[in-house]
Amino acid sequence: MIPFFSTYFIFSFIPLVNTFYNSLFENYRSGLTQIGPNFVGLQNYISIFQSDLLKYLGNTMILWIIGFIPQIIISLILAVWFADFRLRLKGSSFFKTIIYMPNVIMAASFAMLFFALFSDDGPMNNLLINLGILNSPFRFLATVWGTRGLIGLMNFMMWFGNTTILLMAAILGVDSSLFEAASIDGAKSLQIFTKITMPTIKPIFIYVLITSLIGGLQMFDVPQVLTNAKGSPDRTSTTLIMFLNNHLYSKNYGMAGALSVILFVITAALSLVVFFVLTGAGKRRGGK
Amino acid sequence: MRKKVVSGLLCAAMAASLIGGCSSKSAQNTQSQSGTPEATSKEAAEEKGAGSTEGKVVNIYVWNDEFKTRYEDYYASKLPAGYTVNFITTPSENNAYQNALDEALLNQANAKADDKVDMFLVEADYILKYVNSDSTIDLKDIGITDQDMSKQYNYTKEIAQDGSGAQKGISWQGCPGLYIYRRSIAKAVLGTDDPAEVQKAINDWDSFDKTAEKMKEKGYFMVSGFDDTYRTFSNNVSAPWVDGNKVVIDPNIEKWVEQTKDYTDKGYNQKTILWAAEWAAGQGPEGKVFGYFMPAWGVDFVMAGNSLEKAEADGGKQEVGNGCYGDWAATIGPESYNWGGTWICAANGTDNGDIVADIMRTICCDDATMKKIVEEKNDFVNNKTVMEELAKSDYKSQFLGGQNPLQMYCDAAAKIDMSKISPYDQGLNEELQTAMHDYFNGTVDKDTAMKNFYTAISEKYPDLKIE
Amino acid sequence: MGKMMNIKKAVAYVFLSLLAFLCLFFFYCLIINATRSHPEISKGFSFIPGKSFGSNLYNVLHNKNLPVIYGIVNSLLIAGSSAALAVYVSALTAYAIHAYEFKLRNVVYLFIVLIMMIPNQVTTLGFLRLINRMGLMDSFVPLILPSMAAPVVFYFMVSYFESNLPLEIIESARIDGSHEFYTFNTIVIPIVKPALAVQGIFAFVASWNNYFVPSLVLKSNAKKTLPILIAQLRSADFLKFDMGQVYMLITIAIVPVAIIYLCLSKFIIGGVTAGSVKG
Repeated sequence: MIPFFSTYFIFSFIPLVNTFYNSLFENYRSGLTQIGPNFVGLQNYISIFQSDLLKYLGNTMILWIIGFIPQIIISLILAVWFADFRLRLKGSSFFKTIIYMPNVIMAASFAMLFFALFSDDGPMNNLLINLGILNSPFRFLATVWGTRGLIGLMNFMMWFGNTTILLMAAILGVDSSLFEAASIDGAKSLQIFTKITMPTIKPIFIYVLITSLIGGLQMFDVPQVLTNAKGSPDRTSTTLIMFLNNHLYSKNYGMAGALSVILFVITAALSLVVFFVLTGAGKRRGGK
Repeated sequence: MRKKVVSGLLCAAMAASLIGGCSSKSAQNTQSQSGTPEATSKEAAEEKGAGSTEGKVVNIYVWNDEFKTRYEDYYASKLPAGYTVNFITTPSENNAYQNALDEALLNQANAKADDKVDMFLVEADYILKYVNSDSTIDLKDIGITDQDMSKQYNYTKEIAQDGSGAQKGISWQGCPGLYIYRRSIAKAVLGTDDPAEVQKAINDWDSFDKTAEKMKEKGYFMVSGFDDTYRTFSNNVSAPWVDGNKVVIDPNIEKWVEQTKDYTDKGYNQKTILWAAEWAAGQGPEGKVFGYFMPAWGVDFVMAGNSLEKAEADGGKQEVGNGCYGDWAATIGPESYNWGGTWICAANGTDNGDIVADIMRTICCDDATMKKIVEEKNDFVNNKTVMEELAKSDYKSQFLGGQNPLQMYCDAAAKIDMSKISPYDQGLNEELQTAMHDYFNGTVDKDTAMKNFYTAISEKYPDLKIE
Repeated sequence: MGKMMNIKKAVAYVFLSLLAFLCLFFFYCLIINATRSHPEISKGFSFIPGKSFGSNLYNVLHNKNLPVIYGIVNSLLIAGSSAALAVYVSALTAYAIHAYEFKLRNVVYLFIVLIMMIPNQVTTLGFLRLINRMGLMDSFVPLILPSMAAPVVFYFMVSYFESNLPLEIIESARIDGSHEFYTFNTIVIPIVKPALAVQGIFAFVASWNNYFVPSLVLKSNAKKTLPILIAQLRSADFLKFDMGQVYMLITIAIVPVAIIYLCLSKFIIGGVTAGSVKG
């Protein structure tokens, strides 16, 4: 325990405080000339709020939602199937392994691949044209929703396997006699799902949701590589972390620090929600 | 409570979200101490059988192997005994090279003699950042004379001079660009593939436009995409990008925006982005693009490879008959411009000025060495005597259908004016092109595109004022 | 009912196969590209393997500026030791929280859960300054040591202990006069092995694929990890730029992890499931 906390203190806490401190200064480099550090109080925060912070927050949320909704729906369905004792799927461990695999690929490499696949003259367009679905190439990366959709798709591909396994574990935790009793009583699959499965796994479901949200807030390298660090078109796929990264280009420690602090506040608020959901769930369970 | 697993994934997500493409974050690398150099060419030292003695280590900062190859082929054997040359390579992607270099230069005074930067390489787009700083020294101080540089093209010298005229950098290459067009398309549309005749059809931008329309009628594209003509405009601006600390959009840049939007809407281009697969495909056998603006290196190393039907890796050869190799020709085009080029600077605080000067003199000034570079590497060297001589020789480019384009390159090189650059060019050019792509694509209107451009540059250069 | 079931089963198989196909498809694409030469790749995509597998592999391994072998060794070293440390120390901490009643227990627990949520990027600025001042630039230490404090592993382990490690076992060990560390190493660890394996692999993959911090810390060529080498290869100059090599290196980087994953997949899926609480 001591090593845990001392390491944490040295390698995370001190840097955290340092970042807070930096956010109060004007401190950047122009060419080879260092400007600052000059104390500017909350000026950095004001400039950040005056910039397009909300737009990037919105982008980040949209990108996350596009990926998360299919992810959670498909993961739920798969988890129910995998856990369904009546369905007895063959080769389920094969599938469980496979759906996990995309997570092994580095996100940056994954984005590179997508870039090649969906380029104007790429195989996806050729396929769609050959099938007669399109007459001329659809320029995925030149349209707002094309780009966003691809980012969402990538996040979905990378994470749905994990989510499935988590939810499955949650469902398996439900006492199987409950299911048996319900099916003897003639309950339909859907009824079992809404009446038994969902309420029992609710805390985990909420937990998946919020942790995924936090992961979404930190989304960086998929859009970064896919859009070549531009967040194009029209900066609609620029996420918060990409915005942070832009400030680091000029070694703008003041602005980057302030942005880090804002990010921290957003995530901390969310993590508190998580915590209360969890403890709330714990109490309910204890009450049973 | 199986939620922990999610957190495991979250952890993985956090880590994963940091991978890749983001080397620009090395920006955070504030005071990287005496950037430990990698002895990439230890061979040099070992050959001489001498260990590194204090102060006899020459550290050269580079972003790729190009100069290293030149060094090894044309200088390594001349290196005096007892010296070691280290190349410290940092990829240029996302500004990582400049970040690493800046750290090393700012730390120069505290670095041990063996760790000091002795020389470093810069590109035209950001050369002024270093030329105008105290981190570079006047080459006269290490013994490079005007006489040494007398055969070099003027623009390569001007670009590397600071406000008071001190020569802070030197280059071994020139990168004048020409318009490289497809002979078969020229015949089909213009009725001739003779460079002199084709030049008449694209001698200025008005005739360029007219030819573009003809191309369109016959189902061809005048240029490949958005960025192709950019350099012909941005190299011929009337004033630098930045006046004091104010960003000024030059009328010539406006012209690029107008022209490209017009071409895009009229279908004169294929809406490609520089270096994209579609852009490269336009140079291949199936390509429908009339021509590309390219410097010598672009012709030999980019177009020649792309033009083949059967790639070299598959046993194909760069020869006439393989794809559209040989179906090309060069002409001056509407305006002269420069694309690329690498300059060598001597770092302030170098303890090996004599070696640095000797390397520069050999690779950038010596006729015999430079002639060998042209012959062996197809580079366009920064030496008028050598280039003029070769231009009059019976040199023939098979790729260009037997044409000798050297005289055109020489003429173009003489006309290039690089006095209007600013230290911010790299970021400003990049960001403007990025922002405008959205406008060309019709995603946003011009005002929004401009606004995005300003937002981007204010992030990159907090000290610049906008309007 | 039986018919319904069969239809449902068929739908499930089709759907699963489709997803599995999608997942494998990307691996297929990567490997295909690794077999194609640069001009082929730059001309567009193809689903048919090229003939340049050998030459790409040769080029990557013989690239003078790209110590791939070092890269693999470095990556293995860093990922391996940080995974081991993370799992052991965090499990130990979790054990302490689980096995001892003390006043601040809940506070400590809450604290660790909270720090789990702080984005990595937030602290990186300060982190770099710190290790710079400590003279640890270009060393593996700042990449391995901090992983000791892995709140995520900790959190997972605490919950796992709660469900799978009855306090009675520890009590009886104590009564037998067993030393605390001894108890942990010989009694606790074997019981929670599956959980440790799962977390170990997560930590390993995360560290293996990590580009951001290592790219800021490591400077000398011989110390760089695979993701940095990939980035370096991608930014090679136009003369040397070779997408075939890039894809080959990515494939090389994926293979070891994929193999570990496949071998241990039963363990992982089993471990996650075992970590769940009954009722």
